[in-house]
Amino acid sequence: MTSTTDLPRLMSLMTGDAKHDQAATSTLDVLWVLYDRVLRVTPETAADDTRDRFLLSKGHGPMAYYAVLAAKGFLDPAELPGFGSFGSVLGLHPDHLLVPGAEISSGSLGHGLPLAVGMALGLRALIASGGLTRPDGTSPRVFVLTGDAELDEGSNHEAIAFAGRAGLDTLHTVVVDNASATHGWPGGIEARFAIEGWSVARADGRDHTALEAALTAPHPGRPHLVVAAVEPKHR
Amino acid sequence: METMRERFAAVTSSLLAEQPRLAVVLADISADSFEPARQRYPDRVINLGIREQLLISVTGGLALAGLRPVAHTFASFLVERPFEQIKLDLNHQGAGAVLVSAGGSYDFADNGRTHQSPGDVALLGTLPGWTVHVPGHPDEAERQLRAAATGQDLVYLRLSTAANTVPLAAAPGQLTVLRTGRRGTVLAVGPLAEPVLDATLGLDVTVLYAATIRPLDTATLRGTLGEAAVVLAEPYLAGTSVPAVSGALRDIPHRILGLGVGRAELRRYGTPAEHQAAHGLDARSLRESVTSFLDG
Repeated sequence: MTSTTDLPRLMSLMTGDAKHDQAATSTLDVLWVLYDRVLRVTPETAADDTRDRFLLSKGHGPMAYYAVLAAKGFLDPAELPGFGSFGSVLGLHPDHLLVPGAEISSGSLGHGLPLAVGMALGLRALIASGGLTRPDGTSPRVFVLTGDAELDEGSNHEAIAFAGRAGLDTLHTVVVDNASATHGWPGGIEARFAIEGWSVARADGRDHTALEAALTAPHPGRPHLVVAAVEPKHR
Repeated sequence: METMRERFAAVTSSLLAEQPRLAVVLADISADSFEPARQRYPDRVINLGIREQLLISVTGGLALAGLRPVAHTFASFLVERPFEQIKLDLNHQGAGAVLVSAGGSYDFADNGRTHQSPGDVALLGTLPGWTVHVPGHPDEAERQLRAAATGQDLVYLRLSTAANTVPLAAAPGQLTVLRTGRRGTVLAVGPLAEPVLDATLGLDVTVLYAATIRPLDTATLRGTLGEAAVVLAEPYLAGTSVPAVSGALRDIPHRILGLGVGRAELRRYGTPAEHQAAHGLDARSLRESVTSFLDG
């Protein structure tokens, strides 16, 4: 599959709804661009040490994630109708020991970015020791997706500060910003990352070309933040 | 005598040379001891600063990337503060790790409640898969550390400034029979072995020693059981291993007394010896508790 046209149908297999509100799809375009244009991982390379890692930290509302994994062949679409049922591998929060292609289990907020820091540190150590280089000379990267309200969790700020100071340039954070944080982020989400030494970018979270450009922008020596702005949750 | 914590830093620093996938994660505590190793292996000795949630999450992430992480700080900040990170970023992710604590229950007696962690073993007991070592001597700690460093499982190594004068553990993971008797069993954990041996001098009891309390060596406990009366002496929250002992004896009518650190806050400073006595874990108090339980 090479387009997003099948994603609403795949999501409907889980939700039973023909149409989905914007909250259910806030991550859909970012996820699609990541898996379609950015991440170097396929069902065939999903167990390779040199694969790119994608961590869904915002595990709440994972239908878009499951739909993209199914569209890209990681997940059998026949699993989708069982979503949330006792015998299904697809829960309301993903369990990576059950979901093919999922790198972490998530649901409790504020765990994905700190885990991603550890993963990037681990990959950096293995790369430095001469491992994990691909035939074309590139090395695996780590991408983590959080929500803007998820940044309320203090654990993220331990991770943001350390990753910036450590210059973890294999680490990429995508914050899907639907302005749902109760107390907001005056001055912008980017400011919190930039002051800690991150490279930062903002893109329209529905514009695939802009997202791809932001996600693939060079950021030597620094971790990279992309704020993907979508429709506000409360209007 | 060299402390367990000093031995830990020395042995782990040498293991980094032998095991290319071993990594050490710190949150400032003991960073000075690891500085030479950090200079040699800057990618595998990582000091995060005072960030204990991140300490555990990074440990989980390192494991998911294929490394064998060893995380270390004081017990109160390693287990109690980031407990949800242990539950989710280690257990739930299926990630293995070695957590090495220092300070234990009342090593920092004069620091007060904030630096005391009597509940750590009980907390980890709510999660599956943890091996819990409570060494009573630096040699025991070293053996446990070396084994854990080559594994892939979840290991908690609880280091203390309290220690027995000699190593007492025989086979790894198994209870060691220090003394045999007929009237009951006293199971001493880690640094409480010698106080228990002093306390039970002349008593007709079996004394078992555990340097590893999870999983519990139920075969030795049952195999050496005389009268089914068991006293547990644990250098952390009283009663922590009562369910494990009771479960091991589920088909035998039995009595159990769980001795250990009291649940109530002491709100006292002073020395570890004073706290040990205040919790009834000095030899004289232990003897009173054991004899009154056996006679009761």
